[in-house]
Amino acid sequence: MAGLKEIRTRITSVKSTRQITQAMKMVAAAKLRKNQEKILMLRPYANKLEQIMVSIRQGLENDVENPLMQDRPPEKVLLILITSNRGLCGAFNNNAIAKAIEVATTEYATQWKQKQLSFFAIGKKGADFLKSKNYPLEGSNTEIFDKLDFAGVVELETHFTDLFLSGKYDRIDFIYNQFKNAAVHILTHETFLPVIGKENKEKEKPGIKMDYIFEPTRDELVNDLIPKTLRIQFYKVLLDSFSAEHGARMTAMHQATDNANELIKELTLHYNKARQAAITKEILDIVGGAEALKQ
Amino acid sequence: MYLEIITPEKKVFAGEVRLVQVPGTKGSFEILHNHAPIISSLQEGTVRYITNEGVEKTVELNGGVIEAKNNHITILGEFT
Repeated sequence: MAGLKEIRTRITSVKSTRQITQAMKMVAAAKLRKNQEKILMLRPYANKLEQIMVSIRQGLENDVENPLMQDRPPEKVLLILITSNRGLCGAFNNNAIAKAIEVATTEYATQWKQKQLSFFAIGKKGADFLKSKNYPLEGSNTEIFDKLDFAGVVELETHFTDLFLSGKYDRIDFIYNQFKNAAVHILTHETFLPVIGKENKEKEKPGIKMDYIFEPTRDELVNDLIPKTLRIQFYKVLLDSFSAEHGARMTAMHQATDNANELIKELTLHYNKARQAAITKEILDIVGGAEALKQ
Repeated sequence: MYLEIITPEKKVFAGEVRLVQVPGTKGSFEILHNHAPIISSLQEGTVRYITNEGVEKTVELNGGVIEAKNNHITILGEFT
């Protein structure tokens, strides 16, 4: 059995580790809550925008032509991999990375073999991984999560739209963790560009239909609104991933704290046993000594 | 009539107003009570509205879209 002093130092060190994981859990929880508020603020805007889109398209004979909706054969593909900047969040990043590789080698196997597939990494962990493996990397952005606001999103979105419009890529997809709740996030793969025209036209709700005045024209309005919906989609994806990251970290840190508690309990038991053994030994020594003196 | 000004990051204003003036893409226009239903895109400029209490307020927007129906006006805007 280890010496008394050794056990004591171990208990102290585990205790300070527990303090750190506990603090990190709290920080993650606070950040998660703040981020959830952003999602709540976004919702009315997103809902209204969709509603307006439906109103405009309602009764429109043929859907508007927009270069962003051009569905070309996907010869050149860009996968946007969204991970986190920091670690200590369980399997969060590894799962996203594994999913990205899986999508690249199965769904886009032909493009992958012909080296027509590139990645774009948002978040440091994904970028580091892709760089270390020498996978084709279109670019990376690690600053966006430092201050996640709409302005930054618009900038990135414009970058991707330009890549699509210039014909450098025919398809741009997202791989990210969708936030469900603090403990559950769903790995998601969805298409960003081209914008898929709503084929299943929304059922025209009787009574709600209005005779709107459209300014300037319906077509121009739709063309004006499509980039907005893209930004909203992008912003939502980033917020989702950010929430999922903090959720994952919260869970991971919670587990770490639990483990530390367990360890401390065990160590304390050892310590007490060792202490008792030492006392017993001392008493035996004294008693033995006294007996020896008597004789 | 009820006016809401929403951006992706927050709700800027919500409340009863009696006049709204917006920078439409085809020119600035005003909305008063019982305006016909309209959807219009907005260009960069100032949105001006007067609340029921007669207080005049302005908001700078960097483009957006406005929808008005049944005396309920929604402005979806973006800040610079």
